[in-house]
Amino acid sequence: MSAAPLPLLRQPRVQRIVYPSLVAIVLIAVWQGLVVGMELPPYLVPSPFLMVKTLFTDWAALGSALLVTLEITVLAFVVATVAGVLISFLFVQNKQIETALFPYAVLLQVTPIVAVAPLIIIWVKNPTASMVICASLVALFPIISNTTLGLRSVDPDLQSYFRMNRATRWQTLVRLRIPSALPYFFGGLRISSGLALIGAVVAEFVAGTGGSGAGLAYQILQAGFRLNIPRMFAALLLISLTGVALFALMAWATRRALGGWHASESSHD
Amino acid sequence: MQPSPPPAAIEVLSAEKTYPDGTHALQAVDMRIEEGEFVTLLGPSGCGKSTLLKMIAGLLEPSDGRLLLWRKPVSLAGAAEQKLAFVFQSPTLMPWASVQGNVRLPLDLAGVPRTDADARVAGALKMVGLDKFASALPRALSGGMQMRVSIARSLVTEPQLLLMDEPFGALDEITRHKLDAELLGLWSAKKLTVVFVTHSIHEAVFLSTRVVMMAARPGRVVEEFRIDEPYPRTAEFMVTPQFSRYAKQLQDSLLRASSTAEEGGGS
Repeated sequence: MSAAPLPLLRQPRVQRIVYPSLVAIVLIAVWQGLVVGMELPPYLVPSPFLMVKTLFTDWAALGSALLVTLEITVLAFVVATVAGVLISFLFVQNKQIETALFPYAVLLQVTPIVAVAPLIIIWVKNPTASMVICASLVALFPIISNTTLGLRSVDPDLQSYFRMNRATRWQTLVRLRIPSALPYFFGGLRISSGLALIGAVVAEFVAGTGGSGAGLAYQILQAGFRLNIPRMFAALLLISLTGVALFALMAWATRRALGGWHASESSHD
Repeated sequence: MQPSPPPAAIEVLSAEKTYPDGTHALQAVDMRIEEGEFVTLLGPSGCGKSTLLKMIAGLLEPSDGRLLLWRKPVSLAGAAEQKLAFVFQSPTLMPWASVQGNVRLPLDLAGVPRTDADARVAGALKMVGLDKFASALPRALSGGMQMRVSIARSLVTEPQLLLMDEPFGALDEITRHKLDAELLGLWSAKKLTVVFVTHSIHEAVFLSTRVVMMAARPGRVVEEFRIDEPYPRTAEFMVTPQFSRYAKQLQDSLLRASSTAEEGGGS
């Protein structure tokens, strides 16, 4: 971009990594210092060091729990994406359908999943399936609303151009509507990936209270019962890391899909 | 006087437009545009010049009257056989597609085979001087270059009729002059018929064989002027006394048109 390369610490790309890392180092140091200095017992607040150590010593339990949670999250995310996209296509085909059904999509969104989850877990015998349903319900709405908005956000002049060239409905959908919708769709994916994880954890909690489950939330629940607070923190850390990883994955996918054409993804000049 | 007048490309037969909300966008217009003419619709905003152009393109239905292209109703002629191309005020490009992909769009929509289409796209890009930018994305180009892509896209179907809705209105003065001159070159090389909408008097005089002056509230045609000056016209034409005389005539006409509108009390 510019002729003279900036010093390393002035480059935005480096700053994006260095600054948050500094904050993390300071926070962890303060945390460790307080725990050691005030001699806090590990069953109240474990030190960061103990947390990471537990992560390794208890990896057998935590690692398999992570896999279970990941499986539910990914399945729910896929289900929500496929269902959300199909529903959006239905909505844009016909305004009446959207008017009739949209309030129910909102209803689905505003009803707390914790309140519905017990019902779903009772109704659906297979525990994995029931938890996937819960989590996908949480993740569904952003995909529907963003994709619908995107499919409608077509440049009116371009639409006239397609009409003037006698484009078929299919051509207009594939060559105009879907590409126009992609930035919105990926925005929806980014929100939903996080929500799928939240939904999975909530569903696991509800299922776990009922005595079945094996995911990270169940580990937290169990660790809580046994006052094994370091393990609780380690599980919490794993959930956070999973969320961050999902977000990064979605950001990467967005960049790959939109390339340089969309304003949100091109570098500032 | 003329033994056999050139065939009419466009015939507007008392076409008018009233919107459902009662706005009288355009009073009944009668107009005949011959093949090979460069007609400019000139007037203030709200005079219905874009409305008239969009009716010719078949993008708007007249609420009364008829429009013919080559003696056929607009809805049947024109775009179907790709004899007509429309250039919008903004470049109207697909941001996700390369310059090449954008220019190929009308051919893709018409199902032209890829190899044939690519050759024609290359030709059209050469015509507007963008052959080196075939794989660039629109956002990497300047406003003037994007407009050139838009023009290449309209030329790639080899239309006989080019409808342009204030195409260079958003560009800076220098780029606009340049594109005006290029457009005239294409017009005479391809023997096009052009209907051009603008609110710039100078652009109208520079480009046109005929200027149709329109007025607002209600939108209507008030006067017509022939610009009987030889082509090719260059930048020197713009500093000749004749040019100033035409510009003055149009200016006066424009003032008359806007004053009658105020007296008419039509708001």
